[in-house]
Amino acid sequence: MKTRILGFAALLAVAAATLYGLFGVPADLNQGDAQRIMYPHVSSAWLAYLSFGVTALAGLGWLVRRDLRFDAVAVASAEIGVLFTALAIWGGMMWGRPVWGVFWQWDDPRLTTTALLLALYVGYLLLRRLSDDPARRATRAAVVGLVAAIDIPIVHFSVIWWRSLHQPPTFLSPDKILNPSAPLQFVLALVGMLAAFTLAWTWLLIRRYQLARAELAREEAVRSGVVRSARSVTTANGEGGVAQPNAPVEAAR
Amino acid sequence: MSDVGYVIAGYGGIIGSLAVYAALLLRRLARARQHRSPGDDGA
Repeated sequence: MKTRILGFAALLAVAAATLYGLFGVPADLNQGDAQRIMYPHVSSAWLAYLSFGVTALAGLGWLVRRDLRFDAVAVASAEIGVLFTALAIWGGMMWGRPVWGVFWQWDDPRLTTTALLLALYVGYLLLRRLSDDPARRATRAAVVGLVAAIDIPIVHFSVIWWRSLHQPPTFLSPDKILNPSAPLQFVLALVGMLAAFTLAWTWLLIRRYQLARAELAREEAVRSGVVRSARSVTTANGEGGVAQPNAPVEAAR
Repeated sequence: MSDVGYVIAGYGGIIGSLAVYAALLLRRLARARQHRSPGDDGA
């Protein structure tokens, strides 16, 4: 019930932030209406960072505690992170075309490292499909999740470390936490969108975590079904039933 | 395409994708719970 209320609140917040970003804030003096895309674009990028940070921490939690609930959090956050990374790239492309004149620039370090981030976590999700053993899968994924997280600060600071077409960080640059020169309405629109997206992210994470737990329970049920099937064969013909154990697993797929 | 067109495409793509993902996630969750073993609380 609480999750349902959270989902409803997230829906209202995203709708309000979208309306404010589209109609409540004046257009930027230099970039015109195109600048409005910054609000969902920056919010998506920040939630992508947060998602992959959570994936790395949850992976570490699994490696230390050997509790599959950590792995469920890791996969939930990774999948949502892939979504938000793709959304950040899409928003960036729609903002870049009218402002830069191009949708994409492979020479740009921010864009290229973000594309790499997306590829790393798509790979993370694909890697998880290679094993049916939950413990082995969680360990492999945790290691990859920790290594891939190295790209998060590289993406963020790429615009400072290298020459970039992309603008400097909006938040958390070394010289400022929040740009004090930005008009208050712009700041409110961005913070509001970030808060709304964070609510939506939290709701998605809870639901995706529940899905991961349900999938794990289903895997356990299939596995125990295999055991019962093998035992019943043993009882029926007295020969151990070792030829059949994979059959129910294949059928369940 | 005008600036407004890109704004609509940007917002539409982001908000629309979030909505579609949320709907698909709820459907996946409902299906997974149908197959869930008795006694699992899913949390």
